[in-house]
Amino acid sequence: MEGSRGNVQKTDQKAGMRKGREKTANKREKDDKEEEQDQLINFNNKPAEKDEDDEDLSDSEDSVYSGLEDSGSDSEEGDDKDVEEGSNDDEDKKSPDQQALVKMNKKKEGGVIEGKEEKKEDEYEHDTSDEEDIRNTVGNIPMEWYKDFPHIGYNLDGKKIFKPIRNKDELDDFLDKMENPDYWRTVHDKQTGSDIVLSDEQVELVNRLQRGQFGDLRFNEYEPSVDFFSNDVMIHPVTNRPADKRSFIPSLIEKEKVSKLVHAIKMGWIKPRRVEDDSKTRYYDLWANEDSSILARHKMHLPAPKIRLPGHEESYNPPPEYLFTDEERALWEQQDPSDRKLPFVPKKFSSLRQVPAFPRFIHERFERCLDLYLCPRQRKMRVNVNPEDLIPKLPKPKDLQPFPTTQSLVYKGHSGLVRSISVSPSGQWLASGSDDGSVRFWEVCTSRCVKTVQVGGAVKSVAWNPNPSVCLLAVALESVVLILTHSLADKQVISSTERLLTAPLEEGPSEGSVTVVWSDVEGEELGQGIRLKIQHPKAVQQVTWHAKGDYLASVMPDHSSHLQVFIHQVSRRRSQNPFRKNKGLVQCVSFHPVRPYFFVATQRSVRIYNLVKQEMTKKLQANSKWISSMAVHPGGDHVICGSYDCRLAWFDLDLSTKPYKMLRHHKKAVRSVAYHRAYPLFASASDDGSVIVCHGTVYNDLLQNPLIVPVKVLRGHVITHDLGVLDVKFHPTQPWIFSSGADATIRLFT
Amino acid sequence: MGGVQKKKFERGSATNYITRNRARKKLMLSLPDFRRLCILKGIYPHEPKHKKKVNKGSTAPRTFYLLKDIRFLLHEPIVGKFREYKIFVRKLKKAYGKTEWSAVERLRENKPTYKLDHIIKERYPSFIDALRDIDDALCMCFLFSTFARTGKCHVQTIQLCRRLTVEWMNYVITARALRKVFISIKGIYYQAEVMGQLITWLVPYQFSHDHPTDVDYRVMATFTEFYTTLLGFVNFRLYHSLNLVYPPKLDGKTESELKDEDEEDYAMSSESYSEKLSALSSSLARVVSPGEEEEAELDQFPADSEDMEKMEAREKEQKQLEAQKKVFEGLKFFLNREVPRESLAFVIRCFGGEVSWDKSVCIGSKYDVTDETITHHIVDRPTVDKQFINRYYIQPQWVYDCINAKILLPVEDYFLGVTLPPHLSPFVEEKDGDYIPPEKLKIMALQRGEKTAQDQEEEDDDEEEGEEDDEEDDDEGDEEEEENEEINLKKMEEQRSKGKSLQVKVTAGKVKTENSARLAQEEKAEEKRLAIMMMKRKEKYLYDKIMFGKKRKVREANKLAAKRKAHDDAEKVKKKKTRK
Repeated sequence: MEGSRGNVQKTDQKAGMRKGREKTANKREKDDKEEEQDQLINFNNKPAEKDEDDEDLSDSEDSVYSGLEDSGSDSEEGDDKDVEEGSNDDEDKKSPDQQALVKMNKKKEGGVIEGKEEKKEDEYEHDTSDEEDIRNTVGNIPMEWYKDFPHIGYNLDGKKIFKPIRNKDELDDFLDKMENPDYWRTVHDKQTGSDIVLSDEQVELVNRLQRGQFGDLRFNEYEPSVDFFSNDVMIHPVTNRPADKRSFIPSLIEKEKVSKLVHAIKMGWIKPRRVEDDSKTRYYDLWANEDSSILARHKMHLPAPKIRLPGHEESYNPPPEYLFTDEERALWEQQDPSDRKLPFVPKKFSSLRQVPAFPRFIHERFERCLDLYLCPRQRKMRVNVNPEDLIPKLPKPKDLQPFPTTQSLVYKGHSGLVRSISVSPSGQWLASGSDDGSVRFWEVCTSRCVKTVQVGGAVKSVAWNPNPSVCLLAVALESVVLILTHSLADKQVISSTERLLTAPLEEGPSEGSVTVVWSDVEGEELGQGIRLKIQHPKAVQQVTWHAKGDYLASVMPDHSSHLQVFIHQVSRRRSQNPFRKNKGLVQCVSFHPVRPYFFVATQRSVRIYNLVKQEMTKKLQANSKWISSMAVHPGGDHVICGSYDCRLAWFDLDLSTKPYKMLRHHKKAVRSVAYHRAYPLFASASDDGSVIVCHGTVYNDLLQNPLIVPVKVLRGHVITHDLGVLDVKFHPTQPWIFSSGADATIRLFT
Repeated sequence: MGGVQKKKFERGSATNYITRNRARKKLMLSLPDFRRLCILKGIYPHEPKHKKKVNKGSTAPRTFYLLKDIRFLLHEPIVGKFREYKIFVRKLKKAYGKTEWSAVERLRENKPTYKLDHIIKERYPSFIDALRDIDDALCMCFLFSTFARTGKCHVQTIQLCRRLTVEWMNYVITARALRKVFISIKGIYYQAEVMGQLITWLVPYQFSHDHPTDVDYRVMATFTEFYTTLLGFVNFRLYHSLNLVYPPKLDGKTESELKDEDEEDYAMSSESYSEKLSALSSSLARVVSPGEEEEAELDQFPADSEDMEKMEAREKEQKQLEAQKKVFEGLKFFLNREVPRESLAFVIRCFGGEVSWDKSVCIGSKYDVTDETITHHIVDRPTVDKQFINRYYIQPQWVYDCINAKILLPVEDYFLGVTLPPHLSPFVEEKDGDYIPPEKLKIMALQRGEKTAQDQEEEDDDEEEGEEDDEEDDDEGDEEEEENEEINLKKMEEQRSKGKSLQVKVTAGKVKTENSARLAQEEKAEEKRLAIMMMKRKEKYLYDKIMFGKKRKVREANKLAAKRKAHDDAEKVKKKKTRK
């Protein structure tokens, strides 16, 4: 670039020469016109710096071309030197006069320029080493130093240069200014002290410079540029340098590279440039020939479920009821994100323009992606069940009447919970034993307490003798079983009872009588109706009569002993322990209504013993944790067991030792179960305060299973101390049911 | 007996499944490659029936793939491409490390690519299969087409997504396949019926995305890669099914003609055509010029009376559908600049309306605001300075609500500055017992052609509201009936049983009227309760579960109704106050 600029500036042939000269610090004199022009051109280069004089200018010139020097080729160097020498020769030839003149001119110029500007003395103005004015050899010193001398310095020969005689004062100067037409072109040369009148050419030159134009009139600044380093091959080389050797010899490195590439191509490592194809986004009819053959994979394919469609609550303007209230919102914020019912909070915007972007949009899309490729899929069969179909079709309770439906009487009088009740075989009387230590007799129809017997202990169980010809009541309290009579029955019955109790005893060999003591009662207790006392070794839990009314069984639950059950014969006042071994904690016992069988319910099973053969005939598995009560069907082929784990098991003895049906009707422990003697009814009482009456038809046909239908839930008892109904008994002839509860009442449902 | 002892887990379900890690090792792929392969090939884990058996006795949580699936992957040509790509990346890294730029360039030129055509054919053997699965593809493409053309993923992908979605929308417009639209807080849901398949997609609102940091964009990009290919083929097929030119061309004008008439400064000439297409304002060119609109009429078959009924119902449905397709026919819409242009233009054109917008909003506007024939001007600002007389100024929700209601709704509720009626989801189909918002009831009445009590409402508000309340009460009553019954029965029984244990007090007796119906009902309820007691345990469990679900539903419906009632009451009070 620098070079080309230089070329543009200097059209003439001596461009190179001049360059060289200037570069060698412009020390030489320039006397001819061309030289001067040269200088002026240099001026022109820096028209802005007018207060600088030539030395500075040349300096700047130097810097302008320094770039060229760096980039210049070696060949130019030699030329420069030649030129330099030549120019030196020229200098020698120059006549001093001419030199002086030129210099004078130049100085005048400077003075004019300086005069136009304010006189600013530059400290570097005089101490440059590039002193050019050699007519005066004083050097670059302030000329004031010579102001008291007649001379102004010394010429080259050492002679004094005298000041021109000038005695111009201010006035002269003024007059000169007014009168001399050339005053404006007169400049004062400080060095020589003389005035110089500039020629027209010189004035023109100054003007041009001031306008920022080139000094040379002939110079064309808009000459077309010559592109030396163009793509055109020229005849002549730009430089004269001989070509390198390496330009003739094939490069080894390149050869190596090429051979590598060739090898790579041969080996197929480098492939030819691929044709750019847009086939990736070019579509065609992919399903043009649909084949119906389904891959084996598609049989197992489970298509992903579609995204759930949005409901009203997702609307930007939902109905007001779908918006969260404050509590709902608080709840939503507290909940774990996985527990939330809605993954977002419904919002309402009054217009579409206010709806913002949904912040979790990308998240949701991403989660869907994850579900699609990460979530294990499984085929789930969803059965659409109508819940009504699940309900079994049962005969209507209405068709199964009669059964107790409403509570009709409440028997009040006890102060403790009534543990046990029993109905007389005639159905006229009701006996109840309570924790308050009394046994009460009630008239069924009137709910009137006809008699109270204080027995002095919590009564665990009462049982009315099923034989209608005698009126005996067995009462179990603590370790005693009392046999009571009462005077409520017919005379005939009373007399027969009396006969039974006072029959002469034949003293037989008593085997087990060591543990059980029979004793008559005398005195006041006799007056109350207590006739016999059977002293047991342990606390008696339950008493029950044989259907004939002569035998009486009592239960003393005990883990460790085989003395748990006693069978007493009232007529002979004899007791025996039928079992030799302890088979578990006995809960309750019962006689078969017709046959000589004996049912013993232990904690988890019911054993049936043949009393004649003296062997166990059956063992029923109750499938419950703890049997609480048991009842035998009057036909004798069916047994129901209530258990503390809320269940009721119905056994069909002909069918299996497993329950035919388990009924889980109660919410709490079943306390008592009972069969009706005549009607196909059975009932269960539970701690949840309810008595459930079920219809249970038993067919004589062995092939037909019993029909069990719950017909009524009877509620009435108040739950006290977590105990509800404790005992339940049916009326022997009517479809009525009695229940006794922990709230010290007995209720009759008819 | 002797014989070889059978070893466990060598037969049966244990051999049908393979864990993910073992599958990966079998395929000799890295986890990202395996993931990519699974996404492209549509392989997903299966949940075995007996997890413990499959897991060789362990209960550790593992994901299982079907062994058959993995075997099937072994022969996939794309696996080879993955390996090639791995090698390519390695070479490229090496070249970079050595700063061999020419090698880098050469490698880049030969970057291995793969096509997914065969995979699509394999995954969707028939076109209908592909259509069934297009929901996700559409959602994804619509999402990607809204991404900024920087960062997150390749610009080409975004452009391709945009192109494909525009093609899809143009198809839906031409086929008049759109059925339902729903403006949710997430975005706008559209549902179209294409070849008997209901296709739902969600378009986000036009805002720049705040890109989350916990989302793996590579997974999304792989899905998008597959989905764009799928959508492209589906579009091709759909266009051809309608005799449209694919790639889509605008009707009646060549590209150069269009260029001439274009507003020069709108877009670069290379893009202006696609922009014009995406403006959705003009119809597409067809391969065969359409003749008369052939109406697919149902043929009459001689049929039984039962079938006849069905046929009639179907015919009626068909008619309704036809009517819905032409809801906006003959209407001329103008969109103000603040409404979502693309959505509205799409929706209106889908139902036969004409639509235009201001020239400066988007390319492709057809007429000016000053057009006298404009019937509806859609505005979403409180007021408009300069109003023309012969057109309605309505809010955009009107358009969407009309589509969902399948009729032109009265415009009064949607005027400027009016509180809009709630926007309901068209996807909810209420069964009996569900809560139905009163607005929906109103719309249903309008659909049936009944005159709503709107005029009356204006006359005397309170009465109307009272009526509504009554209706609601009735609804509640139905729902609660069962519960009520139970409660009443319980109460009665309690009273009955407690009657005597309460304090003895003689009060004047009331004559109890025997409500025979009531009694019968009670009886029935009790019967049911007793029958329920006799259920088997399994059935009882199932029954309880079903009933629990039902009760919960009823509870929720009641809650909604109660909330609504409270809200309405509050509103009424407010209104009264303001009146005074």
